[in-house]
Amino acid sequence: MEGNPTAPAPDAGRRTVVSWLLGGGVAASLVSFFYPVARFLIPPQVAEVSVNEVDAGKVQDLKPNSGKIVKFGNKPVLLVRVNDTEWKAFSAVCTHLNCTVQYQESRREIWCACHNGTYDLEGRVVSGPPPKPLEEMAVKIRGDEVVISKRV
Amino acid sequence: MSAAEIKTKTFEWFDERLGLRIARDMLDHKVVPLHPGTAWYYFGGITLFLFGVQMFTGLLLLLYYRPTVAEAFDSVRFIMTRVEFGWLIRSIHSWSANLLIFFAFVHMFSVMFTHAYHRPRELTWLSGIALLGLMLCFGFSGYLLPWNQISYFATKVGTDVAGTTPFVGPMLARLLRGGEDVGAATLTRFFAFHVMILPLFTCGLVGLHLLLVQKAGMSTPKHLPAHDLSHMKFFPNFFLRELMVWYGVLALLGSLAAIFPWELGEKADPFASAPAGIRPEWYFLAQFYTLKLIPSHVWIFEGELLGLAGFGALALVWVALPFWSTHKPDGSGNARLATGVGIFLVCYLVVFTLLGYFK
Repeated sequence: MEGNPTAPAPDAGRRTVVSWLLGGGVAASLVSFFYPVARFLIPPQVAEVSVNEVDAGKVQDLKPNSGKIVKFGNKPVLLVRVNDTEWKAFSAVCTHLNCTVQYQESRREIWCACHNGTYDLEGRVVSGPPPKPLEEMAVKIRGDEVVISKRV
Repeated sequence: MSAAEIKTKTFEWFDERLGLRIARDMLDHKVVPLHPGTAWYYFGGITLFLFGVQMFTGLLLLLYYRPTVAEAFDSVRFIMTRVEFGWLIRSIHSWSANLLIFFAFVHMFSVMFTHAYHRPRELTWLSGIALLGLMLCFGFSGYLLPWNQISYFATKVGTDVAGTTPFVGPMLARLLRGGEDVGAATLTRFFAFHVMILPLFTCGLVGLHLLLVQKAGMSTPKHLPAHDLSHMKFFPNFFLRELMVWYGVLALLGSLAAIFPWELGEKADPFASAPAGIRPEWYFLAQFYTLKLIPSHVWIFEGELLGLAGFGALALVWVALPFWSTHKPDGSGNARLATGVGIFLVCYLVVFTLLGYFK
């Protein structure tokens, strides 16, 4: 320092190393604090209740040309009694934005109240924004019990 | 434009809108006196840091916790077993709660023994005591939230003790429990206290406490004339040292949480008998053990009531400390009496906590 004022201080190299070590240490500890936090924020996979078949009540409980929502595992299913003998069931989750659809008796179609999407009794889109048809389920009558199951 | 110019311009832009210069000038002028007791100044900061840890980990736990009798225990078990690092976050929250209360006590006694509560710092003392009270309320309300056997019975006993307060007791117990007995309504209430009501009061009071500390400056020991002492700049010198201390506390906290994860226990069952060896958290042990020692009746008084009256009287003496403990520049005054009361209290708390723990 004394001879040439422009020359770097003799310990400048050492200082740089110490700065890097300090900065690196701080950075490493920040990573070690926030990595667990970031992982904590991600919700773990919860096994979905696997259901293949549900009991949807008695035949006489649903009059012809009416529908009701039935719990199928943790998803809603729309059960429709079209007439005395014909039954239909669809996933009640609108393919547009996940609202739950309902059966409209006067127009004999399935309607989603959120964005006015309509489906016919085959699950096909009639009007409105839904991009895909509703997934159809199988309906069986066992004695006087209505049973809904997944289509295979 | 050079980097220095950009820095200056940016500072000026924000300063014009936020008045940063005032904060910077205040930081520039803040100093910390240097004397053999300087280390005690760190403990308030440690307590504040742990409160920050509590807020942060508490917010994280809120993402998964469900405050209902049916789901509370299972949701905490879910955090401990299924959520990644959930065991760590919950253990840190529990350990930090305990360390926070410990360091708050250390901070309080350090202020007491250095007589830092004298004029003009009476309000700082009172706000500090109120904060300690709030921390104990946090501990008591948070203890119930996992809805396990121990916490269920501890809350039954705790609210029952509150219920023996003369005149207002029964109403107080009902108010705490949200009904006649500890149950679903109590859990809802304690949850509301723990995550909303207490934090709101605490944040306000911490703000006031810090403002008062800032206003009065650091207290110096009475036997050392303030103008003879050398000083350290608060920023960055003391601040960086405080950061290193926090770093150490965090390391301690992480190690405790990793080596001794907080237990969950068994789900509370209101129709099961209280488990053997049940006792409150350590910071209530001294009072718990004292109440155990007092006979059921002393003369015409009920023992428990007498114990509570004693605690009440002691608490009152303690809270009013700045108003009865006097200190004159010539060395007269009853500062020695205050020190004596402090030593008595420390001995009582340590001995009875240990007795409560081991007996």
